[in-house]
Amino acid sequence: MPLRPASRHRDVATRGDTAAVSVQGLVKTFGRTRALDGLDLTVATGEVHGFLGPNGAGKTTAIRVLLGLLRPDGGEVALLGGDPWSDAVALHRRLAYVPGDVSLWPKLSGGEIIDVFGRLRGDLDPARRDELLERFELDPTKKARTYSKGNRQKVALVAALASSAELLILDEPTSGLDPLMEAVFQECIREVKAQGRTVLLSSHILAEVENLCDRVSIIRAGRTVETGTLADLRHLTRTSIDAVTDRPATGLEALAGVHNLRLDGSRARFDVDTDRLDDAVRRLTIFGLRGLTSRPPTLEELFLRHYDDGPDEGPQRTGRGRASSPAPTSVGPTRSSARVTGRGDVR
Amino acid sequence: MTRLTGTGTLVRLILRRDRVRLAVWTAAIPLLVLPTAASVKGLYPTQADLDEAAAVSKDNAAAIAFNGPVQALDTLGGQIAFQVGSFGLVVVALMSIFTIARQTRAEEETGRTELILAMPVGPYAPAAAAMVVVAGMNALVGGAVTLGLIGMDLPTTGSVIFGATFAVLGLVFAAIALVAAQVSENTRVVSGASGAVLAVAFVVRAVGDIGGGGFSWFSPIGWVQKTRPFAGERWWPLLVAVAFTIAVIGTAVALAGRRDVGAGLVQPRPGPPSAAPGLGHPLGLALRLQRGSLIGWTAGVFLTGVAYGWVADDVEDFIGDNEALRDVIARAGVADLTDSYLARSLLIVALIGTGYAVQSTLRLRGEETGLRAEPVLATPVSRGRWAAGHLTVAACGAVTVLAAAGLGIGLVYAATTHDASQVPRLLGASLAYAPAVWLFIGLGTALFGLLPRATNIAWGALALCLVIGLLGEVLDLPGWFSGLSPFEYVPQVPAESIDIVPLAGLTALSAALTATGLAALRRRDVGY
Repeated sequence: MPLRPASRHRDVATRGDTAAVSVQGLVKTFGRTRALDGLDLTVATGEVHGFLGPNGAGKTTAIRVLLGLLRPDGGEVALLGGDPWSDAVALHRRLAYVPGDVSLWPKLSGGEIIDVFGRLRGDLDPARRDELLERFELDPTKKARTYSKGNRQKVALVAALASSAELLILDEPTSGLDPLMEAVFQECIREVKAQGRTVLLSSHILAEVENLCDRVSIIRAGRTVETGTLADLRHLTRTSIDAVTDRPATGLEALAGVHNLRLDGSRARFDVDTDRLDDAVRRLTIFGLRGLTSRPPTLEELFLRHYDDGPDEGPQRTGRGRASSPAPTSVGPTRSSARVTGRGDVR
Repeated sequence: MTRLTGTGTLVRLILRRDRVRLAVWTAAIPLLVLPTAASVKGLYPTQADLDEAAAVSKDNAAAIAFNGPVQALDTLGGQIAFQVGSFGLVVVALMSIFTIARQTRAEEETGRTELILAMPVGPYAPAAAAMVVVAGMNALVGGAVTLGLIGMDLPTTGSVIFGATFAVLGLVFAAIALVAAQVSENTRVVSGASGAVLAVAFVVRAVGDIGGGGFSWFSPIGWVQKTRPFAGERWWPLLVAVAFTIAVIGTAVALAGRRDVGAGLVQPRPGPPSAAPGLGHPLGLALRLQRGSLIGWTAGVFLTGVAYGWVADDVEDFIGDNEALRDVIARAGVADLTDSYLARSLLIVALIGTGYAVQSTLRLRGEETGLRAEPVLATPVSRGRWAAGHLTVAACGAVTVLAAAGLGIGLVYAATTHDASQVPRLLGASLAYAPAVWLFIGLGTALFGLLPRATNIAWGALALCLVIGLLGEVLDLPGWFSGLSPFEYVPQVPAESIDIVPLAGLTALSAALTATGLAALRRRDVGY
């Protein structure tokens, strides 16, 4: 029984006027598959919001609901203060979209396609378009058939960035772009943000998320598992400790919040829940602390945890990184750029 | 033979992937041909009936143009070959063309061939696998037709030869489609160009058969019909067709060696750096996307009309000295034989033109599943406006195609009879079919809105109308069944006078179906 989404919610959003996107308890089913299972997502006006989750988590489905292409089966959805299903046309004047799977008309040239989207939206700025073509080094005379994946992506990006839309919905917009173009993209998004416009950015490129996003939402199996600033998320998780003490430390295993403990003579390595850090360090000092390296979790570790662990699943997991991955041994005091080979213990 | 490594696996992949489509094609042709043959047997139970039928047809240019050469029409086998032979051959050729285009160029266009060729698979294996599958389909069709005819107590040699003409002609056009697939990188162009070769082959043999048969040697359809099934068979013309097929496949192989995977021989030229003003709205975009296809259909149907118009003036001359035919005509109450020939020609080109209408309407579904609709619908363009753009092109394009057909027939007929008034007369007559063609736009839209995964039903409906329109009389179909085809309600202009009531009814029905489809489109999920 499809619910009429968000007619009440619209009033709230217009009144509050803070959220560009406000989704609560969104449900979308396809036959017996529950693609979205109570998704919550709030994107404040003017922020760049990272939208993350493993493949098949429902990111694209959620975006299609926001675009009014799919009708929600339950929950409340408001976009720019309107109902994305019934107010689609009016709302689309105010947003620009880059699909995750860019498919272009093979016979049209890239320039033609950019113009088509600009004119359909009605806000094509030719100067801005030409500037973007130059920055992204895109040849607009080539037929779409002959573009590589990265160049197809650029066509969609230029079409969206050349608009003056107040909300950009970008579904993995940089897949296929080279690092140089990735940098151009990040620059463009910073400009968009400086103009006070809002961006919903679905991405798997963590450096990009870290560089650009004010807040992130992580979804899994159609449900939001975490929302907040990156600092918030880090705080919620664990710190890796590598300590050397005069005497071998004991009793750490009995402390709440300590995981992944490995003792090697006078060296103790473990992960600890950030709110239990104090207890752990106190315990270590009993044995004469001689050296201590602590390291907040890398973004990779943060996301891998969410990607790998179902919100409903118990500590038993299968597959990669099961409960035994060593943290990098030589670590700096801040985030390491070392390639993460595993991740911390389960919750 | 490393160039063909993996062909066997790819054959199995094609059979698995397209099992329904391949089975439908393969079964449909015997299921069309054999009941028609049985019905011919029922229509002419005695030798006297056959003699009369032969006398009627032997000098009937119109019948020869549509059906084929006059070969032993006073025998049951000869009459069957005459009534259903050309029709069946065209359908077999279409089966081969569409299957080859789909299995070779369409796979390449989507990038799947690249994936296959990255494995230990020979570069020619995908094309070879497609040819193996199509050869198998043709063998099955030919075998089923042969066995069916033998089962009807027809002479064995004639039945085998008749079945073989189907299988061999299918191979000829499979090879032609394979060449087209090397030249163009666009699947639609591959099917269109091969279909154009088929149309030319059909017209050449029609002209040749009317003129005594010599010119028919320039047409592959002519070759296989030169085997004279049931009329003193000879095998060697099949060898001509087989040799031609081998030469054409050799050409395809040579061409394939000169191009890159995914590319054609014709390199795409650069396009304009910015869009023309007309592209800024859904209608302009739809027109641009469908332009090439509309031009192709219009030109094809125009030329078909020219061919039919060419023969029209001969119809009366032939009748002049055919007493039997005069009697039949008198009994049927037909006032003017030429006009009834023209009416039948118009029906056939209208049925062909309906193919354009269906293709153009189902472009909506193609845009949706190809993920090209999504970014358009994410702009301030409503679903209704987006669909209306394509449907307007479909509806106006259908009128253009019909007008081209009427103009083709009219111009040539006017030139041969020195009667300029034939141009507006036949142009007007061709447009009488517009409401029936629009009904397919309505059907396609309704399916697109309500049953988006089943839009191919529209093609099935067109196939049904082709059978009713072309074989209905021979099959002696019940009235209610023939009544399923909208073309049965269109007055047979110019032989009959225009009746506005059925035309208005068909137009209203297509409008209602279109509205239903658009309303359903507004309510459903896009992309599923």
